[in-house]
Amino acid sequence: MIEYSLDSALPILPELFCVLAGMVLLIIGAMRGNAATSVICWATVATFGIAIVLLLGLDWDRVTVLNDFFVFDPFAGFMKMIVMLGLMASIAMSVNYLYQEQMVRFEYPILILFAGVGMMFMISANNMLSVYMGLELQSLSLYVLAAMQTRQLKSAESGIKYFILGALASGMLLFGVSLIYGSTGTIDFYSIGQALELSGGMNAGLITGMVFVLVAIAFKISAVPFHMWTPDVYEGAPTSVTALFALVPKVAAIALLIRLLFEPFAMLVDQWQQIIWVLSLASMVVGAFAGLVQNNVKRLLAYSSIGNVGYALIGLVAASESGVAAVILYLVIYMVMTVGAFSILLVLRRDNVGLVKLNDFAGLSSTNPVLAYSMAIIMFSMSGIPPFAGFFGKMFIFETAVAEGFYVLAVLGVLSSVVGAYYYLRIIKIMFFDSSEETIDNEFPLATRVLLVASIVIIVGFVFKPMSLLHGTLNITATFFT
Amino acid sequence: MIDFPILSAIAFLPLVGAFFILTIRGSDDVVARNARYTALYTSLFAFALSAYMLVRFDGSTAAFQFVENFKWLPAYNISYHVGVDGISVFFVLLSTLLTPICILSSWNAIKTRVKEFMIAFLLLETFMVGTFIALDAVLFYVFFEAVLIPMFLIIGIWGGPRRIYSAFKFFLYTLLGSVLMLVALLTIYYYTGTTDIPELMTRHIPREMQMWLWVAFFASFAVKMPMWPVHTWLPDAHVEAPTAGSVILAGVLLKMGGYGFLRFSLPLMPEATAYFSEMVYWLSIIAIIYTSLVALVQTDMKKLIAYSSVAHMGFVTLGIFTASIQGLQGGIFQMISHGVISGALFLIVGVVYDRLHTRDIARYGGLVQNMPKFAVIFMIFMLGSVGLPGTSGFVGEFLSLIGAFQANTVIAAFAATGVIFGAAYMLVLYRGVVFGPQVNKDASEMNDVTIREISLFIPLLILVFVLGVKPGLVLDRTEATVKNLVNNYEAAIAGTYPADIEPAAGLVEYDSMSGLERDVRHEDEAYGYENGEGQLND
Repeated sequence: MIEYSLDSALPILPELFCVLAGMVLLIIGAMRGNAATSVICWATVATFGIAIVLLLGLDWDRVTVLNDFFVFDPFAGFMKMIVMLGLMASIAMSVNYLYQEQMVRFEYPILILFAGVGMMFMISANNMLSVYMGLELQSLSLYVLAAMQTRQLKSAESGIKYFILGALASGMLLFGVSLIYGSTGTIDFYSIGQALELSGGMNAGLITGMVFVLVAIAFKISAVPFHMWTPDVYEGAPTSVTALFALVPKVAAIALLIRLLFEPFAMLVDQWQQIIWVLSLASMVVGAFAGLVQNNVKRLLAYSSIGNVGYALIGLVAASESGVAAVILYLVIYMVMTVGAFSILLVLRRDNVGLVKLNDFAGLSSTNPVLAYSMAIIMFSMSGIPPFAGFFGKMFIFETAVAEGFYVLAVLGVLSSVVGAYYYLRIIKIMFFDSSEETIDNEFPLATRVLLVASIVIIVGFVFKPMSLLHGTLNITATFFT
Repeated sequence: MIDFPILSAIAFLPLVGAFFILTIRGSDDVVARNARYTALYTSLFAFALSAYMLVRFDGSTAAFQFVENFKWLPAYNISYHVGVDGISVFFVLLSTLLTPICILSSWNAIKTRVKEFMIAFLLLETFMVGTFIALDAVLFYVFFEAVLIPMFLIIGIWGGPRRIYSAFKFFLYTLLGSVLMLVALLTIYYYTGTTDIPELMTRHIPREMQMWLWVAFFASFAVKMPMWPVHTWLPDAHVEAPTAGSVILAGVLLKMGGYGFLRFSLPLMPEATAYFSEMVYWLSIIAIIYTSLVALVQTDMKKLIAYSSVAHMGFVTLGIFTASIQGLQGGIFQMISHGVISGALFLIVGVVYDRLHTRDIARYGGLVQNMPKFAVIFMIFMLGSVGLPGTSGFVGEFLSLIGAFQANTVIAAFAATGVIFGAAYMLVLYRGVVFGPQVNKDASEMNDVTIREISLFIPLLILVFVLGVKPGLVLDRTEATVKNLVNNYEAAIAGTYPADIEPAAGLVEYDSMSGLERDVRHEDEAYGYENGEGQLND
């Protein structure tokens, strides 16, 4: 008989709070209807804010609760904080957009809230079952969000596509988990690790199971060759939902991946290193080359995110403490840049239609220099040009690759970053070198401004005080390497 | 040593100026005027500071001076470490000298987005100076790469009709080289645990590793130089860039490649440098001869000068990779001299381009009749570019050739022919533009150079002559550093490398050459030390 005391529930306090708040908001929404959307949006932001405070109030030592289904450690705490900040940003930047696009539905923020809870469970998962539950809670919420813009055929298409391929991935995950269970008799992370040690690291069933699990997660982080859904879903989904997709779910999925690779599957490092190596290289190359021919900025950012996942995975291939720290730093910086990029994208409208074609940005530098220069900084940062934060993200990634002797991966990585630089530069070129008489709608909500300024300040300011962010990432990765 | 952080001040003053310009508000005219003046004063002040730095610079030591060292990334042992030695001090000065000249030259030429142009230029100055003063490899890389951003915008926004193609080519070409250098830098960091350049100079990297590292660094610096066959971005970038952009590109950005060789390739990878030097010689020869021939058939003035830059940079790489004292001194001197002369030549093109808006040589002709002052100025810089004795162009080329002669006489013979070609294409250019019949009415009605334009040329004119007759001004200050570099290099080669490679800078050969040197460079005291008491005086 398991005893539940208040103490054992303490580490899941942020999640509990979010769930309860979500239910309350759902009731409010059900009673007040869509008129309450704006209020609920901000209430959701506040909920995440409070959850972060609760999170910071917790004791950040490793502890497992709920019968070892749930683990809380500094890594989980830090990643949850990033995820929640990302969710807050994605809601804050989309409130205005919901009204402009006439997709005012009170479920929107609540679904994001539940997706967030799912992600937090993924990050803290210590058992294959909690992995699956977290992943599904997240995914199901996101499928609905992708199809939110019911009057747009593309939105529906994107939702269906996301759902079918997501379901396929879930199937793979379950299949992998059942293989693991079949060969080890457990789905608990710690016990899987133990079973591996007993069998000396050679357990064919377990390895096969691990491959399936990795494939499922590769789907979620859209690593090549499991990336096909990404451009279509990014393009079809409402831009605010695209922003959410680009910002958060991948961070949570990579956090889960890190935990899987370095806790239960730590013994199989030789095996999974090869898999991640291939995923990483393929993602970088496809992300760079496929982005070259895109004319839709959402598709372009989809390929950009595929490429960026490739770079992040390099740090995992390195399988070292500094490698994981570099991945986390990379994810944080990427998230900051994405916040900036999407907060610009969401306000770029002409005659109340959102601009998604690259050529629509022509002449932006003369009609709206602030947005254009901000975008230019973000694009230079994304292409990894110093002195912006994006460069340091890439530099630490490549540093770990070199330190662990993955020269081929490092060289091919930097070369594909040159190819990728072309399409980031293309955005700058269209904004600065092409001219156009058309102006854009002049409406910048306060939330957008705050997010944009914060993003630019971090991107530009990182070079002056790099340690402030680095300390955090270095400290938490010690979780896996003690 | 002074406590005032003079190097950081020089580097970041333009950044402060750029920030001020950013805050200027008002009507377009007011903004443009204020932006111009702010940029000019800021860059002049930075130049004054760097001139003061040169005065305080101690040429008798190879140590780094005006050093500042702060923690930047302590967890990774990377720091904000800056300082100058004999090699870098003149490049800092070159950057701060050319920036105000560029700003002044674009006073009327840049009419659109003046504010942004001035900000871009000041940012460029910060990054350029930063590149030359950085004593930490990561810091160096940050500045080195950051230069691309303002330059990309300068070419792309204010450039000519094919500016977009050129801007992309410039950016991606140089980025491709640089990222490989990044991997090499990270490898060095991983191997030695430090990115501090002075400390790296004391470490020995295994020979096998040096080879790979050398190639990666070479990829970056050769593109930047640019060396044949990776020079093709340069003519495009030069032709499309606005005048000021061309000046700074030829005057400073190209020198980053040569500086990189001096700062990284020679001291950190001496064995690989010795191994590859033969290849570099041949590439330099091809650059000198081939691009000279290409320059000979150009009809576009800027393109002609761009190709001539590639040829002149061939002398630089030739000199540097002889790894002899004269070769290095010649390479450094040639870079500085070329910075002044080619900068001036692009300004000269700018003068006529502002009037007629074409760079086609055939559209001009007979300008000596209506623009006599212009003709005189052009002639002086043209002769400087040719390498006439008495101008700065001569000294650099000559020293490089001396260095090359000791290393390999065949190479030197080939390189010497480049001097003749250089005279050929520059004289062809000069004849086409300044002499001959006045075929075009509009060209024959152009006004002579204005006071503002003359004021741009005066400092450069003075430098061409002063450096030509008294090269010791530069060479005395670079000497100690170069000597130290060569000594370390030779020690590294001697210590770990069998004698199957001919000595890159044999002292015996040197002595036999010094007589020749005495004849032609009677002013210079720079090399007295090798002859014992033979201090040369005029």
